[in-house]
Amino acid sequence: MALLAADEWQALALSLRVAVLAVAGAAPFALALAWLLSRKRFRGRMLLEALLFLPLILPPVVTGYALLALLGRHAPLGELLGRFGIVVAFRWTGAVVAAAVMGFPLLVLSVRQAFDHVDRRLEAAAETLGAGAWRRFATITLPLSARGIAAGAVLAFARAFGEFGATISFVSNIPGETRTLPIAIYELLNVPGGMPGVRRLALVSLVVAFAASAAATRLAGGAARRRGRED
Amino acid sequence: MIELSLRHAFADLELDVGFRSDARVLALFGPSGAGKTSVLNAIAGLLAPRQGRIAIDGTVLLDSARGVRVPTARRRIGYVFQDGRLFPHLNVRGNLLYGAPRRGRAAGEFAAIVDLLGLGALLARRPHHLSGGERQRVAIGRALLAEPRALLLDEPLSGLHAEARAQVLAHLGRLKRELGVFTLLVTHHADEVGALADEVVRLADGHVVRQLPVAEFLAERAAATADGPPPPRAAL
Repeated sequence: MALLAADEWQALALSLRVAVLAVAGAAPFALALAWLLSRKRFRGRMLLEALLFLPLILPPVVTGYALLALLGRHAPLGELLGRFGIVVAFRWTGAVVAAAVMGFPLLVLSVRQAFDHVDRRLEAAAETLGAGAWRRFATITLPLSARGIAAGAVLAFARAFGEFGATISFVSNIPGETRTLPIAIYELLNVPGGMPGVRRLALVSLVVAFAASAAATRLAGGAARRRGRED
Repeated sequence: MIELSLRHAFADLELDVGFRSDARVLALFGPSGAGKTSVLNAIAGLLAPRQGRIAIDGTVLLDSARGVRVPTARRRIGYVFQDGRLFPHLNVRGNLLYGAPRRGRAAGEFAAIVDLLGLGALLARRPHHLSGGERQRVAIGRALLAEPRALLLDEPLSGLHAEARAQVLAHLGRLKRELGVFTLLVTHHADEVGALADEVVRLADGHVVRQLPVAEFLAERAAATADGPPPPRAAL
């Protein structure tokens, strides 16, 4: 007997793909925003931070609705993107957008904390050695924050992997297109005889969640040990 | 040659310093809080003074009256910080080469500096596996390999035990003899001034008290010691 049915494998593969692409897509923006919040003082900073936390605080369904209102086919931005052939509503790419938005605050918070812990005096030393802003970022700030960034990426991945509310609101439940693992579980809960499938997929979720949690703990612990040694 | 005039207000110090010197090694001597490190930071571009002018060998790095302020990364100032500030994620070789220009002749210079500072056996080590003296020697080598127009040494021997101190001092003496880079040495130890400097600028409370040749400085110190109880190490 196969471990999972074909459509269950499909849901698992889609969830993994969505989560990986969500983190990869969010990472450059998260790095830029985290650097801005860690290194610069500017007007509107508090507003930006409040906006950043919104996906963590809002009910995910509301975030999904907001995405639909913004990126839906007849929404202003969605219509504009549609002219360039980019449609995300009710597509698996929309699930990536929803997962990226939901994981974004976790990624930014972790990366920002990692940037905050980099000794600024080392960046100043690099500057006296001729390194411009980009080189300092790439050769000092980034490598010294690597573990914190990786821990943030794992957390964002876990959040994206488990995403349900924003995804179902934004891209619905289309088998093979937008039916991610949590949505497949929800679907099975609502059909007679679905419980064995629910148990199988719940077990798979547990394994992925445990692996992500262990990785995040290990990376964060490593970062703290490194900091301790450098102090 | 260095020409420097600076004015800057800190919360606890009014810095108003001016001097010019042709010395190869100039010592800034004074107690803690006199403004010595602030002068170095201004030369390196890490401190933007309210007013000032800094020129080294005719190259103007700062002239607030004319709105000139060369960015730190383009000043070519080799700064050896009191705490070394080696990059912990790079080994000694990576640290040494961080500021080295990417030119063919860098390889020869690298070998020469490694030899001069006795770093050959340390190249693969990470900073946290180095002793205090070794870390300072790497920091000096790293600053020199960036081909600086001036070398700033901020209390390079502080925090080192006697043996490491003597070792780094000997290496600095060799550098002075063999390289001839203009060096500004910040210290509050008279013996370091005597061992390395040609001229001394004495600072106190953010102001220049005196500028004098090293022989005169040492003679004054000796006379003061002979006349009365020895002054505390940090005293002027």
